[in-house]
Amino acid sequence: MAERPAGGGTGAPVRGRGARSGASVAAGRRLRRSRLPVAGGETHPLGDEHGMAGDARRQWQIVLGRFVRQPRAMISLGVFAVLGIGSVVAGFAWHYNYLTLTDQIATFTSGGPTWQHPFGVDPIGHDVFAQVMQGTKEDIQVALLVAAVTTLIGTTIGALAGYFRGWVDPILMRFTDFILAVPLLAVLAVLANLASKQSGSWFWVAMIIGFLAWTYVARLVRADFLSLRERDFVEAARAIGASNRRIIVRHLLPNAIGPIIVNATLTVANAIILESTLSFLGLGIQPPNISLGTLVASGEGDATTFWWLFVFPAAFIIVLILCINFIGDGLREAFDPRRSRVRA
Amino acid sequence: MLAYILRRVAASVLILVLSSMLVFVMVANSGDPLATLRLNPHTPASTYAARRALLHLNDPIPQRYWIWISNAVHGNFGSTIQGQPVAPQLWSHLFVTFQMVIIATIVAIVVAITVGVLSAIRRGRAFDSAATVTNFLFISIPVFVLGLILKEFVAIPINNAVGRTVLYTIGQESPNLTGGFVQRLPNYAGHFVLPVLTLILVSYPSWAIYQRSSMLEVLDSDYVRLARAKGLRPRRVLIRHTLRNALIPVTTVIALDFAAILGGAILVESVFSWQGVGVWFLAGVSNLDFNVVQAYLLVTAFFVVAFNLLADILYGVLDPRIRYG
Repeated sequence: MAERPAGGGTGAPVRGRGARSGASVAAGRRLRRSRLPVAGGETHPLGDEHGMAGDARRQWQIVLGRFVRQPRAMISLGVFAVLGIGSVVAGFAWHYNYLTLTDQIATFTSGGPTWQHPFGVDPIGHDVFAQVMQGTKEDIQVALLVAAVTTLIGTTIGALAGYFRGWVDPILMRFTDFILAVPLLAVLAVLANLASKQSGSWFWVAMIIGFLAWTYVARLVRADFLSLRERDFVEAARAIGASNRRIIVRHLLPNAIGPIIVNATLTVANAIILESTLSFLGLGIQPPNISLGTLVASGEGDATTFWWLFVFPAAFIIVLILCINFIGDGLREAFDPRRSRVRA
Repeated sequence: MLAYILRRVAASVLILVLSSMLVFVMVANSGDPLATLRLNPHTPASTYAARRALLHLNDPIPQRYWIWISNAVHGNFGSTIQGQPVAPQLWSHLFVTFQMVIIATIVAIVVAITVGVLSAIRRGRAFDSAATVTNFLFISIPVFVLGLILKEFVAIPINNAVGRTVLYTIGQESPNLTGGFVQRLPNYAGHFVLPVLTLILVSYPSWAIYQRSSMLEVLDSDYVRLARAKGLRPRRVLIRHTLRNALIPVTTVIALDFAAILGGAILVESVFSWQGVGVWFLAGVSNLDFNVVQAYLLVTAFFVVAFNLLADILYGVLDPRIRYG
């Protein structure tokens, strides 16, 4: 780990101290050269943390470098991209719409996967491939919106509470406790029931989940900010007259970004689970909209006779969530390799 | 310590009251729970009026909330929209759910700790990789999908192979059972296996991952290195020095996860048609049966708060380094 430039902070000085003078000059030259490409204009936003290495690769380059070296995470990212892009493209390019009634229906002897209908047809004649693609698209939309909403609310509340402390912190944290004390699935059921009777669209389902699921991010960001705000670089920023807003946005947030992004990724996975669960219970996305959850629910009764109605949507849910969890795990590893690589 | 616990309980009660108020207002404003009764032409006007009075539907919402909560603290949760008392229904459904949840939790804890510890001491080897992938797989399967898979693709083939129903997929017991407890036991067991297995498989992986990393952290600590350096037998180091300390964090995580298990139980019950408290609550939601919804939310919120408190206290008892502020 330490000899890779990606090691950042500690690599270079240790190497320099131990080496003969000639080697350390060479090392210095190598470092200077590696700095050149990124020295164009801007200052390093994370100079405080990584500055001592003299290695001017930006944080995202280091993280990206660690991420691409994990096969499991990269394969998952690829599969997720294919599913995401594929589901959107299929909406335009596939020869059936998810609402089209085809001339074939599922019976005891026919209706299974064929070249014309790769995932078969249902008893009314819908093309299951078109339905699964539409469900995948809706699920990804919901999940991304939930992740955006929770991250925005949670980060804002956590940052304000952790940075200002004083009377702001207890008020915001009791509010967080309040939202947390309400059993999530229970309230989602009550709320989703109300909202979906009016609209039933993916947008409202996502907003409801998002407004209730931000508490974990808020606690995470607050804890990070409580420790970060005591660090010297914050003191220094304050000494040169930086405003609170600037300290939060330019100094603290970039240092807390790792856990926030990792958590946002895992939120995408959890949102898919929640959405499909609500839809399975009939409380989430409502007809004529469909999601993978509604497809699994309607395919359940026929699972033994028309297995394709259940197996394909279920497999897509599992693969989708599994990929996102692996991506999240890879990001965690990339942002903080120490946490998962303990010496033993 | 006692002052800390009292302060925590007071804060929790306040939060519970506030959240139950929110839910009450939400449910009360979501429609007319007696719509079916009102729209039925055969309902006498007097019956309808009496039902409205019984449910206090003519009173303003703040007053209804006050009536509800002052009765609830005495164990009276009001009436269902059919006019029956809620409390007996609540306790009997809760009993059904808790049988499943308690058995599943105990087994899941044992499985999680075993898998976590074995992965940690065989880090990077075949067992560890296999366990990690399995953990991730089960984390990624929604409860209801796992339940349906077990039902359709495990239970039914097994029953067909054996030639009679061994694994029941519907309900918590067969109706009209006769005989003593011992005669009924195989029937109970056949109903329990799949729901409990589903709950175990969705609960254990996150605990196992947690146990693995806390085990690795302790294995890396100075006192374990010292214990090894002193020449203690590896087994003793593993159990007395490592495992005992590595169990502390996971204990609290399990207590905090109790809410998730109750949430999961709702789905397991609906997949396997158990007459548990979750299914009862879902029916309440769709019928706008506000006293049922309130009773469920109050009881689950109580358990969640109680288990959070238990987690905090346990943490302090197990690890004397923690100070309460």
